[in-house]
Formats: sequence, C-alpha cells, structure tokens
Amino acid sequence: MKAARLLVRALRDPDSVRTCDWSALLTAARAEKLLSSLAFRLEGAPVPAKVETILESARRDAAQARTQALWETEMARRATAPLGVPVILLKGAAFQAAGLDASIGRSVGDLDILVPRDAIEAVEQALIAAGWERLKDDGGYDDLYYRRWMHELPPLIHRERDRMIDVHHTILPPTARPTPDAAALIDDSVTLDNGLRLLSPPDIIVHAAAHLFADGDLAGGLRNLWDIDRLLREFAADAAFWPRLAERAEHHRLKRHVALALRLSARLYGTPIDRALAGRPRLADRLFEARLLARNGWGQERRKLLRFAFYVRSHWLRMPPLMLARHLWTKATS
Amino acid sequence: MRYKLALQIGPVAFRIGSTWRAPLDALARLYAAYPRPENDICDFTVRLEPEKPWRRWLRPSVAINGDYMLPDAAPLPLSMGLLAAEMGMNLQMALGQKRYLLLHASSAEKDGRALIMTGESGAGKSTLSALLGERGWRFMGDEFALLDLDDGRLWPFPRAVSLKNGAIKVMEKEVAADRFGPLIADTPKGDIRHMRPNDAALSGMGEAAKPALILFPRFGASEAIRPVGQAEIFMRLTQASTNYVALGQAGFDALTGLVASCPAAAIDYPDTDAAIGLVEQLWREAA
Repeated sequence: MKAARLLVRALRDPDSVRTCDWSALLTAARAEKLLSSLAFRLEGAPVPAKVETILESARRDAAQARTQALWETEMARRATAPLGVPVILLKGAAFQAAGLDASIGRSVGDLDILVPRDAIEAVEQALIAAGWERLKDDGGYDDLYYRRWMHELPPLIHRERDRMIDVHHTILPPTARPTPDAAALIDDSVTLDNGLRLLSPPDIIVHAAAHLFADGDLAGGLRNLWDIDRLLREFAADAAFWPRLAERAEHHRLKRHVALALRLSARLYGTPIDRALAGRPRLADRLFEARLLARNGWGQERRKLLRFAFYVRSHWLRMPPLMLARHLWTKATS
Repeated sequence: MRYKLALQIGPVAFRIGSTWRAPLDALARLYAAYPRPENDICDFTVRLEPEKPWRRWLRPSVAINGDYMLPDAAPLPLSMGLLAAEMGMNLQMALGQKRYLLLHASSAEKDGRALIMTGESGAGKSTLSALLGERGWRFMGDEFALLDLDDGRLWPFPRAVSLKNGAIKVMEKEVAADRFGPLIADTPKGDIRHMRPNDAALSGMGEAAKPALILFPRFGASEAIRPVGQAEIFMRLTQASTNYVALGQAGFDALTGLVASCPAAAIDYPDTDAAIGLVEQLWREAA
C-alpha cells in the first residue's frame, strides 16, 4: 500500500496497523506533519517496542510544542490587549487555546490572528513595540504586495523568540473570487477566558475549507484535512451545527469549498458528514485525493505534474489573470 | 529509493536511501560490523538525491535530504557521497532527536562510568575519544553524546570517527588499515577520513553509562588544568547542545542534573600523549 494511504488508514482506524512497513508509515507521517497526531491515535495500541519509543518521543515533543504555542499566544495577547480590539486566534493556535480535539498532537508553526481591518495598523504597531520585527523589506515589492493585495500583513518575526505571527484582516486574499464576510466572522466569534477569541464553530470549518481549497496548492493538505475531520466530529455533537454550517458557508460564498472539504474528509478519514451539504461526489474529488496522497514512504513528494497543476491553480485562484502575469513577471525578473 | 541501507548506531536506527550506488557501498564497507535495526524500523530517514534531475548523471551532485533538512544546505559532489551520508545522519540527530539531550561532545566509558569531552571544533575531542578507545576505554562516540532525559545516563552513539586533517596521521599510527574509510580530500572542512570504532565499542553500543567527568579540552597551549564553575559548565553545555531549547523543561532538568552531579575541568595540552595523561589523572581524582 502507498505510504500516504497507509498513513490515512492508520489515522482513521488505528487497529489497522498491526503489521505494516513502519519506517514508511512514520516517515510519511513526519513529512506530512502528522507524526504526533498519529502518536496520540496509536497510544496504547500494540505496536513494536521500537515504534513505541518513537511515538512516545513524538508525544512528548507535541506537549512541548503546545506549551510553546500557548506561550506565544499569551505574548501576543499581552501586546495587543491595551488596544481593546477583538483578537481572534486562527488555525492551530485557536485549536490549542480552546483545547479542541484537533489540537491533540497538532503542531503550530506561525501564530495566526484575525483583527478588524481598521485596527490592523494599530495591531502591527503594538506588536512591533513588543519586539516583533518585519521580515520583508519595508516598502519592497513583497511588502507592498502583501499590504495591497493580501488578506494578511507581511509576516512579523519576534526578535528574541524567533517565532512568526501572521496578522489577518480576512481569511482569503481580496483578489480571490470568493469574498468572505470578515465583519461577520468577527461578530460571531467566541470569547475565551483570557479575552482572546475564536471563530464560531461553523466559521472555523469555513475558514479551514477556504484555507485548504481556495488559498494554496494543497501541500501539507493531509494535516489540514485531518484538522477538518477532528473539528467536524467534535462540532457535530451539537445538533444545530450542520444547518448553521450550511448557512455560514452560503453567507461567506464558500459553499463549494465546504462541500468539497466534507466529501474529502469523509472519503479519506471516514468522517460522518451531512450528505446533503456535501453534495454528490464529483470527478475532480479524485484529483484532490490524488494530490493529497502524493507522498511516498521515503518522505518524497510524488506526482510532479499533478502537484504543478495544483500550484498553478493556487495562483490562478488568488489573482486575476493580468495581475498574475504582472506578479510572475516581477518575481522572475527581481 | 533505488539503493538503501539501514544502520543501528547506539539506540538510534537510520535508513539511508540513495539515487547512486557508490555512497552506500562506501557506507556499507565502513559500517560492516554494525548490527541491523531490529525489524528494520528506523528513527530517521536520510535521502541522497540529485539536486536537480539531470544532476544524477551530469556533474552529479548530492543533495542531503531526509526527515529534517536545511533549506540552504549546499550539495556535495558525488565523490564525497560518503561524507554526505554522514552529514545527513548528523543533521537528523541535530534537528530531529528529541528523546535525549544531545550534546555535541565525544565520550568514552570505563568501569561503567562515562567521560564527556566537549569543545570547539579543533579542540581535539574526536581524536582524544578515539585514542582512549584504543587504550583501554570503551569508545562511545566522537560527535554526539546522548543524555537520557529520564535517568541522566549517557547513551553511546559510536558512529565512524570523523578524523580531520592532522588527526588522520595520529590515528593511522594506532589502528589497523582495514578500519579506515577512503581519504576524502578537500572537503569544506579539509581532509576527512573515517575510522570504524573497535569491537568493544560496537558490542557495547547498547549499554548506557553514568556520567562521571566532564572535560573541556583545548589543543595547542602548554599543559594545564583549570577549574570551571558550575554556571560556566552549564552555559558551555547549553551551547554544545543542539536541542536544549527545543526540549524545554525536560532539557533544563537533564542538564542541571548533569552539571550538579558531575565534576568538570578545562584542560590545555600540547600533544596527544600529554592529553591522555591529563585525562587519566583527572579520572583517577574523580573516582
């Protein structure tokens, strides 16, 4: 069995991995940033002793990564609290702060936050005053590109802790064709004990789907889809969740993306989903699946052509044709 | 991958895949007497691949890839494939090893207790540990010492010793020719020749030892022993560790435990015989 397929099966059904090519499974899991998630899924399972030491180490590493992510979140909270603007945690940091199931074994790279658009400069200044620095050349092409065309500021990095923060004002680039309602995301957000906020459960799914299918080339997508699986299983405990998800997906004009996320999550991870909202399987689902599984047991990416096609698609989604041409020209000649 | 090899080194198992045959043939010769990983389950994967597809044949150059990679690592010419494999394994340890506090140090064992030597590149820690290994000690490793996060014992990591420049001649006088790899000339670090540790080191690679002495050797000055305070030992060891920060509190606990329980000294030496004498003297005093 292909390693990526083996990984998906192991996550979905931990009992399925009694005997397998362990090195291939562990390598593929590591390459997809899913080793710690797998380690928690296989906790207590009868695995060879050597595998257990590797998984135990991954679990310890995840605990340390969680501590670090929460600390970074707290640092951002302290820097921005005096402004009195809503600060909404996104992705991994949000899962960790709220202790969602999706946070178990989840690594957090950058800290992603969402703030109201009219507060974004004040937030940036507050972060800079607290020790974050601009990574991109101030006023250079990349810097200006971010400020003019992106849904986030150019990344800031903390000069002592070496950790990045991405400050968003919405969840997709303004140049992308779907335009989610950023104000509604903020209005509906949920406040945590420490004053920071999360998106509402349906909006978390909408964002995850938008991030995976409308804003990138699906690299590392297995992990993002695993997030979606965990989130859906947890949120679906509330009976009102599915109708609210349908309503929010429609409102943010991301119904197609949410439907695709549901179908693929069910297809790969066996997630119980609302079939009406997911819609019928489409031919393209297979392409997405093949792209997500393009990883072998040596950790190498396979299917070069398919990956390239998705790379081109990611740019196509993000920019109108003329702008794309200009962007590529600038990048090629700079 | 087209060619592959699995190696057990101390408690760590590696899987090395390569596009070319030659690097793995050289690696297999050098590591001939090492055990195979149990059930072929490996901690880390290293890949030796062409930097660009055509670089497989045309002026072949080896990119060092694997579970953990450095984004801007320069590829090596295929003639240095063995070195690429060694660097690949080092890189996995430095970036990916979280089960042990990793000290960039050499180590050797006697009577169930371990000596740890660390210092800047060129301080002679590799050569000293290799020499001790030929003179009644069990060689534990010349590159990384693995400190157990739970019980503070030191685990061996007896990779082939990487001898550089002048150290090559020193060891060629001590050790039979069949334990040496090929001379790799003009690498970024000068001439390099690998040497397989002796049978005692290999048969003992599964045995940990309690740390008993930490030394900071320095080659070149006249013979001297200087005391080092605990705060300085701690600082030097954090600098010598590649994963101290990543381990968080577990790393801090392991390192403070080591510093509190183990005597230490800095030694200066003009030649290797003097160094061995100083080591044996301090070892007796620590006993």
